[in-house]
Amino acid sequence: MIDTILDVLSWVLILGGAGFSVVGAIGLLRFPDFYTRLHAAGITDTLGAWMLLVGFMLQAESWQVVVKLIFIVIFLFFTSPTATHALARAALASGLKPWARDKEKQTP
Amino acid sequence: MFAAAAIGIIVTMTFALLRALLGPTTFDRILAANMVGTKTTLLIAVLGFLADRPEFLDIALIYALMNFIAVIAVMRYTQYGEFVSSQGGTK
Repeated sequence: MIDTILDVLSWVLILGGAGFSVVGAIGLLRFPDFYTRLHAAGITDTLGAWMLLVGFMLQAESWQVVVKLIFIVIFLFFTSPTATHALARAALASGLKPWARDKEKQTP
Repeated sequence: MFAAAAIGIIVTMTFALLRALLGPTTFDRILAANMVGTKTTLLIAVLGFLADRPEFLDIALIYALMNFIAVIAVMRYTQYGEFVSSQGGTK
């Protein structure tokens, strides 16, 4: 009983993670400028990766595998948002303007 | 099901590489390359489960650490606006 519940939960997490990854990638390809693309990449790097790895944890057979996966989660959780934040600041400092539908509304 | 996850990750990597090729600014390219790095970690973990070889997770862990180095490179780019100082040597 508990095995079935864990199995179903892990498949939901793995398929959801893969789905969020693909959605984020489509956003990365389709959004109009760099800042909106950062938003799409954030989904893939945190929620997608997190769901996939937690899904793998529920499928793992030994505790060593779970510990390794927890380490991967920790590294991804610290590095990806830091990189995204640093990139956004670098882009703003280099004078890249955020996209606006109305050209007159674009503030410097 | 692991195969479905692997296919999803590969599709994600393809789109990210396309953005890295198209990307009008350097920042787009760095963002896409960073995303490919994250997805490589996940893909290696999935392959470990697919082939039933838990050793692959060690390689995935190494890849996560390499991603960390890449982030430090990005921070450097943030601070100085270039990877290597134009005066020669490091600032």
